[in-house]
Amino acid sequence: MSDQDVLVLAEARGDALADVTFELLAAGRELARATGGQVLAVVLGPNGAAHAPALAAADRIIAVDDPQLAEYSPEPFASALREVVEAEQPRAVLTASTSIGWDVAPLLAARLDAPLATGCQAIRPDGDGLLVTASFCGGKMLAECRVAASPAILMMLPGSYRPTDETGKGELEQRKPAAPLEPGAIAFEQWIYPEAGDVDITQQDVLVAVGRGIQQQDNVELAEELAQALGGAVCASRPVVDQGWLPATRQVGKSGMIVKPKLYLALGVSGAPEHQEGMKGAELIIAVNTDPKAPIFDVAHYGAEVDMLDLMPALSEAIAARKG
Amino acid sequence: MNIVVVVRQVPDLIEPLEIVPSGDALDLDAASFILNESDDHALEQALLLKEAGGGSVTVVALDFGDVDNTLYTAVAKGADRIVKIACDGDTPPAPRDSAAVYAEAIKPLEAELVLVGVQAHDELDGGLSPFLAAALELPYVGVIRGVKADDAPGTVAACKEFPGAVMARMSVKLPAVLGILGADQPPRYVPVSRIRGAMKTAQFEESAATLAAGELLLSVSRLYPPAPATRAEMLSGSEEEIAGRIAEILAEKGLVK
Repeated sequence: MSDQDVLVLAEARGDALADVTFELLAAGRELARATGGQVLAVVLGPNGAAHAPALAAADRIIAVDDPQLAEYSPEPFASALREVVEAEQPRAVLTASTSIGWDVAPLLAARLDAPLATGCQAIRPDGDGLLVTASFCGGKMLAECRVAASPAILMMLPGSYRPTDETGKGELEQRKPAAPLEPGAIAFEQWIYPEAGDVDITQQDVLVAVGRGIQQQDNVELAEELAQALGGAVCASRPVVDQGWLPATRQVGKSGMIVKPKLYLALGVSGAPEHQEGMKGAELIIAVNTDPKAPIFDVAHYGAEVDMLDLMPALSEAIAARKG
Repeated sequence: MNIVVVVRQVPDLIEPLEIVPSGDALDLDAASFILNESDDHALEQALLLKEAGGGSVTVVALDFGDVDNTLYTAVAKGADRIVKIACDGDTPPAPRDSAAVYAEAIKPLEAELVLVGVQAHDELDGGLSPFLAAALELPYVGVIRGVKADDAPGTVAACKEFPGAVMARMSVKLPAVLGILGADQPPRYVPVSRIRGAMKTAQFEESAATLAAGELLLSVSRLYPPAPATRAEMLSGSEEEIAGRIAEILAEKGLVK
């Protein structure tokens, strides 16, 4: 235990760890190398110890089990994490910007009166504090922030660090909370899975993605025609799904699907970090947006600064002409 | 159900963002403001719950930006009460500092359910909603897409979103604070005539809550737009020319046969 340690909250999804956990471990290793501390991975839930081999990048793996951790619920998870943080007194706690991270990190920060930074892309020591580069305003702005107090609770933006092959000591410690965890007022009831029958966008070679630039539901038909011409399917960024214009099964991004098609045609999609998280693995990305500063152009291979509504019919026609 | 909704103004990202000469903050004088998108969903969710089960919806906001229009719009949509909190200065407080003042304004309202957008894009120090829950000493769960009254009295069922369009149904004993990502249906459209009507009839309630800056836990030293790591090769010309070039690229890569 050292006040220079970096604690990483590992997220388990079913039998596996979430990919972002390995990015957090890489960030943790880099920071711990600079601070001279160790990397501690905390995994909450009944099968935590089973994840130990996958958490080999950590020096210590703390698996906490309690009946209340069997399924996710904010109060037991935040309480269990708080107990570990209070015992270990790390310099930084790294969580992911995920559904669980957005609950647990601020609750932990509030209860410990500890600093919290969201959208973190890079961290480095700065004297007694930390310097954090964080993304905000939908990825259109970066902020360099100084976090003076410990532990700094840092919510890392997925994709900011590459998973590392580096390994730590990998020592497993299995713990139970000092007192059985209370269920709290919010209880998990059941998982709800998307209805089968819709197109599985994760299996498509060609995706035509529509964002806010689609403007209204009637225009989705233009995208459908283009997708049909290309032999693919239509997907969307979150605002389009929020409007109810396409089902949640078509949403790409942090809270939607992770896709890796051969072609991702992003039309009127700004490319916020949350969206990029779901599509930047595509083999070919072509982005169309009227805003020349749209972050989507930073990950696209080709771009065009035109109105998607004007381009879609022209592109459908050009594709049809190519096909003869 | 007595529901309180917090709404915030955020810079409109459609407009260019400017930075103050000192380099450590957005130039809010140069920004135009819009209602925070997830707060709009929080309001819609509150109205849906009221329509389904009765009760009242009170909308609370800091007196900043174009908040009057936002609050009148909320009344036109169906909100019962609108409360403004005085906000000195040109810059709204960070979520963490503002949580205490919102809590002070909300406590007398005896809310059974407090709904807040789970995130505002100009936040750097965490979402307002969990800090508000902590300040109110109420339970919290966020990233919620849809809330319904539950069969058990004094509870609601909230759907928490996870990756892959998977939801976790959570039972929430009230009172509680929920961080809303999306409502059960898109925010409703309200005609301008009804907003004008609300402007004539609706009365603001002024909260006596006052803002006290907390300890500075996170200090911004510099803001800057990100430098693109790899910039796209930009295609130029008319829509037809660009469409032709895209079709050509796709054909070269064997994606159009």
